[in-house]
Amino acid sequence: MSELTLTVMRLGFLAVLWLFVIVAVQVIRSDLFGTRVTQRGARRDGRAQQAARQAPPQQRQQSGGGRRGRNAPTKLVVTEGTLTGTTVALQGQTITLGRAHDSTIVLDDDYASSRHARIYPDRDGQWIVEDLGSTNGTYLDRTRLTTPTPIPLGAPIRIGKTVIELRK
Amino acid sequence: MSSTSNPSTQHTSTIGAIGAPSRRNTELALLVFAVVIPVFAYANVGLAIDGSVPSGLLAYGLGLGLLSGVGHVVLRRFAAYADPLLLPLATLLNGLGLVVIWRLDQSERLQQLAKIRYGTFTPSAPNQLMYSAVGLALFVAVLVFLKDHRILQRYTYISMVGALVLLLLPLVPGIGADVFGAKIWINIAGFSIQPGEFAKIIIAIFFSGYLMVKRDALALASRRFMGLYLPRGRDLGPIITIWAVSLLILIFENDLGTSLLFFGMFVIMLYVATERTSWIVIGLLMSAAGAVGVASFASHVQARVNAWLDPFGCYDTSGACEQIGQSIMSFGSGGVVGTGLGQGNSDLIGFAANSDFIFSTFGEELGLAGVMAILLIYALIIERGVRTALAARDPFGKLFAVGLSGAFALQVFVVAGGVMGLIPLTGMTMPFLAAGGSSVIANWALIGILLRISDTARRPAPAPASNPDAEMTQVVRP
Repeated sequence: MSELTLTVMRLGFLAVLWLFVIVAVQVIRSDLFGTRVTQRGARRDGRAQQAARQAPPQQRQQSGGGRRGRNAPTKLVVTEGTLTGTTVALQGQTITLGRAHDSTIVLDDDYASSRHARIYPDRDGQWIVEDLGSTNGTYLDRTRLTTPTPIPLGAPIRIGKTVIELRK
Repeated sequence: MSSTSNPSTQHTSTIGAIGAPSRRNTELALLVFAVVIPVFAYANVGLAIDGSVPSGLLAYGLGLGLLSGVGHVVLRRFAAYADPLLLPLATLLNGLGLVVIWRLDQSERLQQLAKIRYGTFTPSAPNQLMYSAVGLALFVAVLVFLKDHRILQRYTYISMVGALVLLLLPLVPGIGADVFGAKIWINIAGFSIQPGEFAKIIIAIFFSGYLMVKRDALALASRRFMGLYLPRGRDLGPIITIWAVSLLILIFENDLGTSLLFFGMFVIMLYVATERTSWIVIGLLMSAAGAVGVASFASHVQARVNAWLDPFGCYDTSGACEQIGQSIMSFGSGGVVGTGLGQGNSDLIGFAANSDFIFSTFGEELGLAGVMAILLIYALIIERGVRTALAARDPFGKLFAVGLSGAFALQVFVVAGGVMGLIPLTGMTMPFLAAGGSSVIANWALIGILLRISDTARRPAPAPASNPDAEMTQVVRP
């Protein structure tokens, strides 16, 4: 065997060995982070069953808004504020908003109360927003909420600096 | 977690809990890579020694591929969420070990030496391949039959007895065998077995079961003295017992490695269980005191220490010194990129060149770059073990995984440090690389258990069943 071939093989072997180590480290990299980041627009994996176990809403109001069939919203999107772009899949669970850490959407907003508002489906699948006695109020379009109110598709709900809306 | 908390400035992304992919395909890709590398090495050795590709190349590649393939299929079937890295890393080390053992089998010098010593020369590589197959069989058995590592918790005290029996077996006349000064082998039905390798795993079960129950007492009942939390006298009992047992092993079996391994493993697990730095300080002091005490009157240990302190001073007079000296010289002649596989002279180490000193061959033929890569592969295995411990949800699994990876780490450190002259040589085997049936079999079982724990830890929690009570309440509510 020529000297050159052996030298090439020797260095090649070391290169392959190190390549393996580097590939293995790349595999580890994905394990270092406990969360997955998906780009805006991609649907979030609904794993929000915990919220579903919360107490069912106590008050209901059946005003306007007929039964939703195919027009039912499938996700809640944050359109303004620090959480812009965040989406939560709507799967029949109650969504709580506020600064409290156990909220479904934790608002980092000086104008939000710790338990600010909640959004839940009523018996017919109509989504309702209810202000939970917040200091600065929850606004649907431009009106401050005083009672639980059905949410039209795409209507902005404003909490402090954060604006959310329901989308299909 | 349904919380979408995201206080930072992520404006376009969603943060969600990770969906725990099984990663089996990643493992398969890495596994193919891990089989190709040793085949490449094998071809390289053949070309360097004979100038031709060795005839067994295809059989060797297929054999290694088949073994690891079986391991992979079993993982897919029985532990789908296990760590994707452990199997490929272990396969690579085992494959490289086989290649280097075969390479040392080709050495004229070692063949002559064996003929002088035993009358015949038997190549080690076929045996090692068989032992690897047995090891993988045990690996498969662990994954198939050990459905949940927490079952082992029931056998806490039985495993203590079992491990002590295994450790003391070499001292029993009749089955214990005194091989080159160290009494760590037993002979059963023509096979010589090193029970310490298996005791390593079994005693980890005892340590984790025991510490899981006792850790609060060991951690909380303590006085603060000079920045250290000193445990109460009565809580020192277990550490003193283990210390005494490991000293007994050292004195009566002349085996520095095993005793260091057990004591070190206990101290590591004690530290992990209690989060008290004082245990490490106490452990280091005790092992230093024990080592100095034993070294001052046990001649076997004295010779090892002398060979460590000045290998070239007694190079011509003592076999141990010559071995260490040759080992250090082979690391030196390897340089940065090595002499190339099959082109070194590490067979000058003579006896135990393919077991205790196999790392010197890597040092000479692959150089610093290769040795660093090998050590990194070991480090990755240990990292995966500790990561498994972090991910495990039950305290027993956590301690068990830490204990196993700690033992693995200590063994690598003790052997690599020994052959490089960093610490006195202890006569242990480099996991997966070195020739030796017990070692390779026990380490495959160790990897199997780690994979079982990591499967339990990484498996996504089953989706919470919809609560029927809540539904009922809703309907009944007035």
